[in-house]
Amino acid sequence: MNTMTENSTVGYVTDDGRQIGGTIMEMKNITLRFGGVVAIENISFDIHEGEIRAIIGPNGAGKSSMLNVISGFYHPQEGEVWFNGQKRPSMKPFEVAALGIARTFQNIALFKGMSTLDNIMTGRLTKMKAGMLSQAIWWGKAAREEEEHRQKVEEIIDFLEIQAIRKTPVGRLPYGLQKRVELGRALAAEPKLLLLDEPMAGMNVEEKEDMSRFILDVNDEFGTTIALIEHDMGVVMDISDRVVVMDYGKKIGDGTPAEVLANKEVIDAYLGVSHD
Amino acid sequence: MCRTARGSNIMSAEFYYGVEVFLNGLMAGVMYSLVALGFVLIFKASGIFNYAQGVMALFAALTLVGFQNGQIPFASLINAIFGTNLHSFGWHLPALLAILLAVLVMILFAILVERLVLKHLVNQEPIILFMATIGLAYFMEGFGDLMWGSEIKKLDIGIPQGGNGWVESHTAFLGGDDFYGFYLDSLDIVAAIVAVALVASLVLFSQYTKTGRALRAVADDHQAALSVGISLRTIWVIVWSIAGFVALVAGIMWGAKSGVQFSLSLIALKALPVLMLGGFTSIPGAIVGGLIIGVGEKMFEFLIGAPYLGGATENWFAYVLALLFLVFRPQGLFGEKIIERV
Repeated sequence: MNTMTENSTVGYVTDDGRQIGGTIMEMKNITLRFGGVVAIENISFDIHEGEIRAIIGPNGAGKSSMLNVISGFYHPQEGEVWFNGQKRPSMKPFEVAALGIARTFQNIALFKGMSTLDNIMTGRLTKMKAGMLSQAIWWGKAAREEEEHRQKVEEIIDFLEIQAIRKTPVGRLPYGLQKRVELGRALAAEPKLLLLDEPMAGMNVEEKEDMSRFILDVNDEFGTTIALIEHDMGVVMDISDRVVVMDYGKKIGDGTPAEVLANKEVIDAYLGVSHD
Repeated sequence: MCRTARGSNIMSAEFYYGVEVFLNGLMAGVMYSLVALGFVLIFKASGIFNYAQGVMALFAALTLVGFQNGQIPFASLINAIFGTNLHSFGWHLPALLAILLAVLVMILFAILVERLVLKHLVNQEPIILFMATIGLAYFMEGFGDLMWGSEIKKLDIGIPQGGNGWVESHTAFLGGDDFYGFYLDSLDIVAAIVAVALVASLVLFSQYTKTGRALRAVADDHQAALSVGISLRTIWVIVWSIAGFVALVAGIMWGAKSGVQFSLSLIALKALPVLMLGGFTSIPGAIVGGLIIGVGEKMFEFLIGAPYLGGATENWFAYVLALLFLVFRPQGLFGEKIIERV
């Protein structure tokens, strides 16, 4: 990063010896309200380049809302979002995508009538330069560009081991595979930051293990920064470098998995506490 | 075909007349398809049933004729306010230039519709959007009248009309002495060629271009489309522009046939049964549906209607056929099958 500002901090080294970079994204005092309901209350945290950052918390804690703030689907009433050392103005989701932030959804949002290949190809849209008119006029050039993107998409298909379903309309695929295609589409954008909303929700143990492996591989091989929301505590603690814990819209913990697990407030939120 | 049938008198003139009716049915069907196509484009991309599609065709045709004849827009309004007596710029634009200008107007129209109407109705129920297009239809109808006047206009951009002599003389050998060859209207033939070219380019566009892929993506899932960086508003402008262009083509063909006047907007009614057959979301469906209706109503009239039912069955045949389809195959011929997971 060359646009270091006072917000950027230096990186750190993880327990398993990976070098993590400086801050790529910083949420500052975010407050999000829906009418009288406060979904997120004055939360700040940062995401470092190259790390796997998890946001956890019980149902209704505001995790998905936070992800939607990052990806531009929701706009907080208060607070600032900093990305790549710059304050991000209020943006629409498609503009956020163009910045290099890709995401998946809790309830898979794929193009069900389109094939796996086409779905992942749409992930390349932000990378395609040729406009509509030039595509019509310079057919050859556009075709060459298409070829290059296709190449990249095939690499992702190989990486995710979904060659067998390249031409299958995704609506016909089982749930676990759909989740994988959605991950593929997000990867196709070669994102700087990848947001995963409950990537393992509704999966069996085997599918969860596969997905964990893919997430770790993405982080490892492409160096992609990942922010994820997950319910499964075991998985989260296994794969993430640092964890934000939310409860009732507030941040109650932030740190490495070990630190968070030792935090009394976190234990209370998850196991319940007697109010006397 | 057995050899003896070729060029002989074995087939009666009656048979060839039937073939002619069939061919004319295909041509009429193409004209229906042209209108249905506009509906499908918008419905696919935004789930809106655009009631104004027929009026768009009328408006596009009015604009084309207006430009061509050098009419001054809003002339009667200006005259009424300022007491002037303006009518025409006094020039006559070449057809191609007038078409180009009409296309630009339809693009401008698409942008305005997005800015002034659709933008404010994002995430509303489909019925609300439908109501908005009804309002749009009546507004455009009045606006078109005000801008270009309400008298019946002749649309002539140089498309040949009347029986096609070439087809007639080259098919005359098929029948006997009492058969003079197929009578096909040149305009219908041109319309068919244009429609085929239009559909082919639309399909190529949606399958092989970046924007086409974005269109399909939006048609499939709005939220997912946003997340991969597609601007819905841009896509809507593009879709309405294309629908406007299709409306212009339909307006030209129908306008050349029967003059540019209010009743041109009623061609939309003929597109409804086509949509029910072809499904609201399928471009090939709109074409095949149109052909089935065109051929169906002509053949029904020829074989059953005229001899046994006293004729004029063309007025209702399409709707009855559509009704049967609704009962037995509600998703149409090519529409996606509706499967509800429980």
